[in-house]
Amino acid sequence: MSLLGPDEWQAVALSLRVALWATLAGLPPGILVAYALARWEFPGKQVLNGLVHLPLILPPVVTGYLLLLTFGTRGPIGAALKEIGIVFAFHWTGAALAAGIMAFPLLVRAIRLSIEAVDPKLEQAGATLGASRLWVFATVTLPLTLPGILAGAILAFAKAMGEFGATITFVSNIPGQTQTLPSAIYAFLQVPGGEASALRLVAVSVAIAMAALILSEVLSRRIAKRVAGA
Amino acid sequence: MSLRVSIRHCFGGFQLDLGFEAPPGLTVLFGRSGSGKTTIVNAVAGLLRPDAGRIALGDQVLFDSARRIWQPPHRRRLGYIFQDARLFPHLTVRQNLLYGRWFAPRDSPPDEIDRVIDMLGIAPLLSRRPGALSGGERQRVAIGRALLARPRLILADEPLAALDEARKSEILPYFERLRDETEVPILYVSHAPAEVARLATSVVALQDGRVTRHGSATDVLGDPEVTPLGAGAAGAVIEASILRHHEDGLTELEAAGGLRLLIPSVPRAPGTPLRVHIEAQDVMLATTRPERISALNILPCRIRALRMGNGPGALVQLDACGNLLLARVTQRSVSALGLCDGQEVFAVLKAVSVAKGAIAGGPRPG
Repeated sequence: MSLLGPDEWQAVALSLRVALWATLAGLPPGILVAYALARWEFPGKQVLNGLVHLPLILPPVVTGYLLLLTFGTRGPIGAALKEIGIVFAFHWTGAALAAGIMAFPLLVRAIRLSIEAVDPKLEQAGATLGASRLWVFATVTLPLTLPGILAGAILAFAKAMGEFGATITFVSNIPGQTQTLPSAIYAFLQVPGGEASALRLVAVSVAIAMAALILSEVLSRRIAKRVAGA
Repeated sequence: MSLRVSIRHCFGGFQLDLGFEAPPGLTVLFGRSGSGKTTIVNAVAGLLRPDAGRIALGDQVLFDSARRIWQPPHRRRLGYIFQDARLFPHLTVRQNLLYGRWFAPRDSPPDEIDRVIDMLGIAPLLSRRPGALSGGERQRVAIGRALLARPRLILADEPLAALDEARKSEILPYFERLRDETEVPILYVSHAPAEVARLATSVVALQDGRVTRHGSATDVLGDPEVTPLGAGAAGAVIEASILRHHEDGLTELEAAGGLRLLIPSVPRAPGTPLRVHIEAQDVMLATTRPERISALNILPCRIRALRMGNGPGALVQLDACGNLLLARVTQRSVSALGLCDGQEVFAVLKAVSVAKGAIAGGPRPG
């Protein structure tokens, strides 16, 4: 890539990888939590709802610090995971974890809304036709929720691409390891003569965000058309 | 195989406490809205768990509160035809039809799909999605979907209520065929007397969560004490068969006891069994045989029961050569004519007052 220098290209590639993993790994628990919040009544539902939304409300630095406390090498979970060879602290996986946690509320909100929009009467119809709850979910609820899942995933991806505060607090700003697009822009702005690099990265950010938005628009329109019939 | 239901359920101040047995054939749950019809069907389907009771289909117990048995809906092997069709919008008509088959035992005859598609006339729709179908088409696909799940019981909750008259008469024959061509018991919810008259093998009349009467369509609809919709909608059913067609566009029917009826032409062969729904308000009474009158049907009857209404009306149950008829007259007429139980009277019925929609192929004997 002649447009970007090797450092810049590294930051872009790392950001894409981090955001992709943050989104993909967030999807299964995101769908489960969204379904639980939309369809189940259980004690502690409000607590779960609050926990999910916490990263949206807390200062990102606080979230990052809490992650450092729990997932750092000396944190309770971080130490245990280190035993089986999984390391988050100061590693790109940590950046993905931070981005995933920060994007999670957006993911859950979008999916929950679209699950709530699925008519429970259709799920009942599936059950009377012999489908167990799991099959009803897989063949009725999930396909009808697809536009919402897609929208949530794109939103989460965009959020993960732009995550800065929690990431830099949790895993610092190590080029090639944890220096994502926003951290790189921030770093370039700190050194004299870095504006040109920063600007190029800003352009890349805008391009990726636009591409994601257009992609989601096209896909959800195609799905909506399929569902509406014709 | 028959369905036995006995349930108690309380919700929002409404108390449901009833029991009935639905024999093979089509059993109509008949009553006004709020009488508990849909609650019963949902309990049978497993979409609602009653407070107490027992529901059994043949020797399969679906629910027994005493023995803590509760089969979830997907294990009950039902075909539920909803009022609002409830087709899956993201699947094609073909995929909708095959949905229940996926979960059904794989022992079906290979031509079953084509037979059902043929019977319902939905072959041209197969590749479309439900969003592009009319209300009547949707309901036919819903019937096919329920049938192809190979159900042991078919439930239909006012499947025609959302359709206009033309669509209703388009769908009604399919339920007649279903009743006559499948062995599976059908539980059918309705508050339309004409539907009950056409379809029912047996009728369970409901009022305020209780069974007020249970029996054949002729017995229940001909009973002046059973008017779940009010006396204004009362009407009896006469089972007859076509005797001959007249050249002036009338068809002559013969019912039990040699009773003859003239009605507008029914284009079916002589000998075909028919059911005729005669609304009580179309029947006039006379104490002597009226002469020089335009009405073509003058039936000698005996009064079996008189029921005074709360308003100005009265319902009179008549025995016409062993056939039950209902007449709705004013209480003033009752006293002016001096009507009383056991009295011989003449029922007067205009041939044209028998509506086309009220005539149906009679159910298979037995």
